[in-house]
Amino acid sequence: MNLEVILFFIFGFVAAVAAVMMITRNNPVIAALYLILNMSSLAGLYLTLNAQFIAVAQVIVYAGAIMVLFLFVIMLLRPENEKKFLESNPKVKIFAFAVAGFVFIQLVYIIFFSSPSKILQKNLDASVKAGTIEAIGNELFKNYVLPFEAAGFLLLAATIGAILLAKKKIE
Amino acid sequence: MTITIEYYLILSAFMFLVGVAGVLTRRNAIVVFMSIELMLNSANLTLIAFASFMGSSVGQLFVFFVMTVAAAEAAVGLAIIIAIFRNKLTVNIDEINILKW
Repeated sequence: MNLEVILFFIFGFVAAVAAVMMITRNNPVIAALYLILNMSSLAGLYLTLNAQFIAVAQVIVYAGAIMVLFLFVIMLLRPENEKKFLESNPKVKIFAFAVAGFVFIQLVYIIFFSSPSKILQKNLDASVKAGTIEAIGNELFKNYVLPFEAAGFLLLAATIGAILLAKKKIE
Repeated sequence: MTITIEYYLILSAFMFLVGVAGVLTRRNAIVVFMSIELMLNSANLTLIAFASFMGSSVGQLFVFFVMTVAAAEAAVGLAIIIAIFRNKLTVNIDEINILKW
């Protein structure tokens, strides 16, 4: 048992449990807090995968900015709690879980059947080098400048769109 | 025992399908939105796992772009939810049926 295995199981277990708890809580605030827990443990998994920059960005952007936005909207709208999970439309919910479980079993079968680990062995030096902010910036500003600019423009458009949509009256 | 890429892929598949189940079963529009974020996150985990195992930084770059798109999507989507709430006074997606006839 080396450290990577232990960390994977801790973070993976927390992420999976937090995801399940998120979709089964009635109160949206508690669901949002579980989603924050899920995203933080994903950041830990990214660290074990040697993706330092993305792990930090995950905490700042996802667990920070986006979830604060969600919590603010929940605070503004005060949505009432939903009914207990299986109280309304139990048939639809059981069907949805059956579909999700079936697709999950299919995916597990495909993943084990194709067994990508035969081809992909962990190359520690290469993965440590690839995760540094230097390597990412090099790639980003050399080969992916156009998508980068497009992403900036998308953020500007989204900001203007959000302001327009949330305004009281559009004249 | 070593952690191969299958472990990450299965965790990611599990989280994605939990997100799918959340979208299909929850009736609160904000929680449906959070389930969509969960699905985006699981796709990110797959991208990072492959990028790390292949020793390439392009996958991590795409996660960066996915985060940008998710931020834009969350801002616009929550603004739409606020606009709907102003008209219908509810965020329950069973009661929002203005496009139905």
